[in-house]
Amino acid sequence: MSNAKNKLRIATTSLAGCFGCHMSFLDMDERLVELLEHVEFDRSPLTDIKHCNPCDIGLVEGGLCNADNVHVLREFRRNCKILIAVGACAINGGVPAMRNHFSLRSCLEESFLNGVGVENPQIPGDVELPLLLDKVRPIHEAVQIDYYLPGCPPSADEFLSVLGDLLAGREPALPKKLIHYD
Amino acid sequence: MEQGKDSASNKDELANLRRVAIDPVSRVEGHGKITLMLDAENHIHEARFHIVEFRGFEKFIQGRPYWEVPFFVQRLCGICPVSHQLAAAKAVDQLVGVEHLTPTAYKLRRLLHFGQVLQSHALHFFHLSSPDLLFGFGSDPAKRNIVGVLDKYPDLALKGVKLRKYGQQVIAAIAGKRIHGTATVPGGMNKPLTIAEREILLADISDILSWSQDAVALNEQIHTEHAEHRSFAAIRSNFLSVTGNGGELELYHGGLRARSESGAKIFDQLDYRGYQQIIREEVRPWSYMKFPYLIGLGKQQGWYRVGPLARVNNCDVISTPLAEAARQRFKEFGNGSLVQDTLAYHWARMIEALHCAESIHELLHDPDITGSDLVADLGEKRQEGIGVIEAPRGTLFHHYQINEEGLIEKANLIVSTTSNNQAMNESVRSVANEYLDGNEITEGLLNRLEVAVRAYDPCLSCATHALGKMPLQVELLDAEGALLDRLSKGGNGKFERTGQSAL
Repeated sequence: MSNAKNKLRIATTSLAGCFGCHMSFLDMDERLVELLEHVEFDRSPLTDIKHCNPCDIGLVEGGLCNADNVHVLREFRRNCKILIAVGACAINGGVPAMRNHFSLRSCLEESFLNGVGVENPQIPGDVELPLLLDKVRPIHEAVQIDYYLPGCPPSADEFLSVLGDLLAGREPALPKKLIHYD
Repeated sequence: MEQGKDSASNKDELANLRRVAIDPVSRVEGHGKITLMLDAENHIHEARFHIVEFRGFEKFIQGRPYWEVPFFVQRLCGICPVSHQLAAAKAVDQLVGVEHLTPTAYKLRRLLHFGQVLQSHALHFFHLSSPDLLFGFGSDPAKRNIVGVLDKYPDLALKGVKLRKYGQQVIAAIAGKRIHGTATVPGGMNKPLTIAEREILLADISDILSWSQDAVALNEQIHTEHAEHRSFAAIRSNFLSVTGNGGELELYHGGLRARSESGAKIFDQLDYRGYQQIIREEVRPWSYMKFPYLIGLGKQQGWYRVGPLARVNNCDVISTPLAEAARQRFKEFGNGSLVQDTLAYHWARMIEALHCAESIHELLHDPDITGSDLVADLGEKRQEGIGVIEAPRGTLFHHYQINEEGLIEKANLIVSTTSNNQAMNESVRSVANEYLDGNEITEGLLNRLEVAVRAYDPCLSCATHALGKMPLQVELLDAEGALLDRLSKGGNGKFERTGQSAL
């Protein structure tokens, strides 16, 4: 992507989320073209960049459900001057954290041993599969977070509001009408 | 087609192989990785596509009231939340004893889902896959993304952005917002479409129809003009989809139809509530995504593909004229056989996008669409409901059992991407066999493996889902596990070789 020095460099990732926050980011539609005059993407689902490089802003969707999630989050914290927790799952675990009411083992057993029409029942345990955490955690339990963008998902206008503030060098402050916790 | 060999047959054989992992390691969007096992001559002994994340929805919705379920399960996936909400809603209709929705509710649900499929298909082609198809599989990885397409083909990319936007606007008009809105209630819908909302959507529809036609033409051209695309990731499979009762392409409701690779019907117009009699899911230890197969054909022969390629091959007709004309050209290309080309998924996907645009146009002119009779009379409560829908990526099964208090006791979901699990593995194996030559790990190989998986538009949030380009790292190890070579996509999308090529 462009390497213009005056652009803010943004990395994004989805951990234990549903990608709805990334979709909502794209819901800025054609306003994306204007935004690209001021920002460039580093690691993101939309690019081929594998590891986060030094960035101005990191946007993190989703909570922590396995060891890989923690690893990626720490990489983001190390590289991003400003780290933003995006959406309900990053902020408090969200729907994936509903599994915290059950033991991890019982969740695995339901899917792979006791499920409807399951052939060859067994719990996948290959070395290629990352270790699952016993509970799904919000990301502020693992690293320091600078800002929280609420909503399930936050609207495209919320993204534009926060990025607009940061581009202008202002402390981000969401207008009240954009704050929602659905 | 019999499934390919995906594992080395014995320990002695394994001991002499080396492992090549194409690993998105830190990439949680992907939650997937590819591993290859090679012998000294680089023959592929094992090729696997693993899904590495696990959610546990089936367990944690137990004990919740049934009417909450559509709004929980749509949060499996932010790309096709409407499809999950509707599949669950169809199951909930059965729980409250509703066989037939009111005409307005039925048409609103169809309109909602056409918006969903249109936006998802536009996203997949324009935002995710078009860079491969427009720039080439081995093109500069730093530009192989939507920003690169906006730079080089601004007009095309903007039309794609607006096609997706329109699908999202249809959804927002009915469900209140674009992502994770609420539209369904047991036995119906929660709000009518106002005349003002209909007029806003009608204002843009002619552009949407025209751009959808352009997208079909572009994909037809790309597929037919590149000989390499015909054989790329070539596999032959059975196909499964829902079709309407006249055999027409159907995305909301119908009976199950499966065809063998020769095109012969395996079954047709099967009531999907009997899905347990035809499909089982095999667990393999190396992936959290199961491997479904048709029971009648057995584990080896019974795997199948779902999604746009399956639907367009499976149906006898498309009810809207422009998409039907496009299907006829697709069929002619098949020259009497089913089109098995993996990359023809893209072409079929755009034919469906055009069908969605035409269907939205029709429904917006239907007088029932702005009606106010939204909820059917509820019937006798039942304790089991099975809802099936054709989601953007294929047939989606939601199955719930409740107790007498209306709380969920058992749930089973077969998401579309799961049905393509074996096919994606076969496609990866095909590309690995065709393109992995010598010991040199090339960028071309890496991206070609991604291109093969990407054709299926896998939704690994659903299954757990990947969006877009998985970041890749390939490691070449010798039989003792020592690193021989490593290639990774580093900063700025550049490829970096960090290992020592010893062979």
